[in-house]
Amino acid sequence: MTTVMTTQTQQTPMLDDFLIRAALAGIGLALASGPLGCFVVWRRMAYFGDATAHAAILGVALSLAFSLSLFVGVLVAAIAMSLGVLALAGRIYTMDTLLGVAAHGALALGLVAVSFLPGARVDLMAYLFGDILAVSQMDLAVIWIGAIVVLILLKLRWQALLLVTLNTDLAAARGYDARREQLILTLALAVLVAVAIKIVGALLITAMLIIPAAAARSMSRTPESMAVIAAVVGLCSIISGLSASFYWNTPTGPTMIVAAIVLFVLTSLWSMVNRGR
Amino acid sequence: MNLISTHGVGIRFGGRRILRDINLSIREREIVTIVGPNGSGKTTLLRVLIGAQTPTEGVVTRGAGVSIGYVPQRLAIDRSMPLTVSRWLRLAGAHQASDRQRMAERVGIVGLLGEQMTSLSGGEFQRALLAQALLARPALLVLDEPTQGLDQPAVASFYRLIEAVRGEIGCAVLMVSHDLHVVMRSSDHVICLNGHVCCEGTPTVVSAAPEYQALFGFGAEGALALYRHEHDHRHDHADTTDPHAG
Repeated sequence: MTTVMTTQTQQTPMLDDFLIRAALAGIGLALASGPLGCFVVWRRMAYFGDATAHAAILGVALSLAFSLSLFVGVLVAAIAMSLGVLALAGRIYTMDTLLGVAAHGALALGLVAVSFLPGARVDLMAYLFGDILAVSQMDLAVIWIGAIVVLILLKLRWQALLLVTLNTDLAAARGYDARREQLILTLALAVLVAVAIKIVGALLITAMLIIPAAAARSMSRTPESMAVIAAVVGLCSIISGLSASFYWNTPTGPTMIVAAIVLFVLTSLWSMVNRGR
Repeated sequence: MNLISTHGVGIRFGGRRILRDINLSIREREIVTIVGPNGSGKTTLLRVLIGAQTPTEGVVTRGAGVSIGYVPQRLAIDRSMPLTVSRWLRLAGAHQASDRQRMAERVGIVGLLGEQMTSLSGGEFQRALLAQALLARPALLVLDEPTQGLDQPAVASFYRLIEAVRGEIGCAVLMVSHDLHVVMRSSDHVICLNGHVCCEGTPTVVSAAPEYQALFGFGAEGALALYRHEHDHRHDHADTTDPHAG
């Protein structure tokens, strides 16, 4: 994990290129992870998100071994993992058990595979917890394209996704195919994981999906407002986490998640107080 | 004109036959009711008709441009999803706000538009489901045990509402119901299902049919003993395996 201690003294820190790139990368992630995270919460896919994210480590090994871009390797691993789990779920094992096997299996296998790779020692911490301060311009472009793809997918299928989430038969009566919508969400999740690994790392991606959406729940009355508020909460977590890690010299990824948790606790308290009235 | 019809439709789950040889058709403005014991495949048949399940045998023919409004048996809205009644109605598609207002008035939930769906009572919730299904002005309204969990006055008023809006919208109605006395009074056509069509016809014909009486246990004592299954011949149907059956 990179901290900003070394550069702090030399330049006007807030204008530093890498800090601005970090902030932009985080904003791109938050905009997409907020709305997508709402579906993860509504459909109780938290564990599914975890498994997809853990597959990212396998994807890291894949991209290092075959000299692919990190994005491509992680995307392939995440898609393969989620399609595999979806195809097998319900046959002998429940989704829950399969996800448990797949999530930890992919993580462990990925870590072992990375250790076999020759050459420079891989900074695993960066992949597990993210390294937002090392985001390059190229990374930034990939993150924003990925985030925009996710948002466009959600926007185009919004009505169908809501109906399928509420009741698959109701959706079918309208001519929506539940499996197709599930596939779209799965793909969106894989894309998000692939862009998020640079920012918060494989172990904290689910946090960026779940926590802002959970924080938004108590403040929203419709699915749309929850999606927007989740994006805003994510944005605030990124910016405040980035600033906090800058001033206290703490690891950036975890600090952003801590900021999200603080917002979650505050909104929960706020709603409890309001309900008590 | 037939809105929808099935020809030799059958469903197998694994090795088990849930439905077999279903031939039925629904005409415009007709009220068709499916009755049958638990596990008789009623919900599965509805799922085939609305297109949620592909039959393993036979074909379903839907008339061109026939739209279906569906009221599911249960709609469990996860508490994590905020959803007002007003937003729920907007899920029916792009309709004018005035249409939604009118429909909410029609089914008697206009004062609840700003409420969360999860805060509604059972009767209010069913009306909200009905309103959403009707907003698209379907040619066929399909309801799966719409009055489950409602008390007697609420059941009666819900059926009156369905009959009334059918007249206004001019749709056909297909429903699964356990409220036999109501069904027998207001249906045009009754289908008695137990894995296959045991008997069918007008309420008078069906209620006199020995298959119907055997299925619903109208014995010599004349008492109504619902769902006592006293067939003397064997149907190869599944009794409890269908998770969707009512």
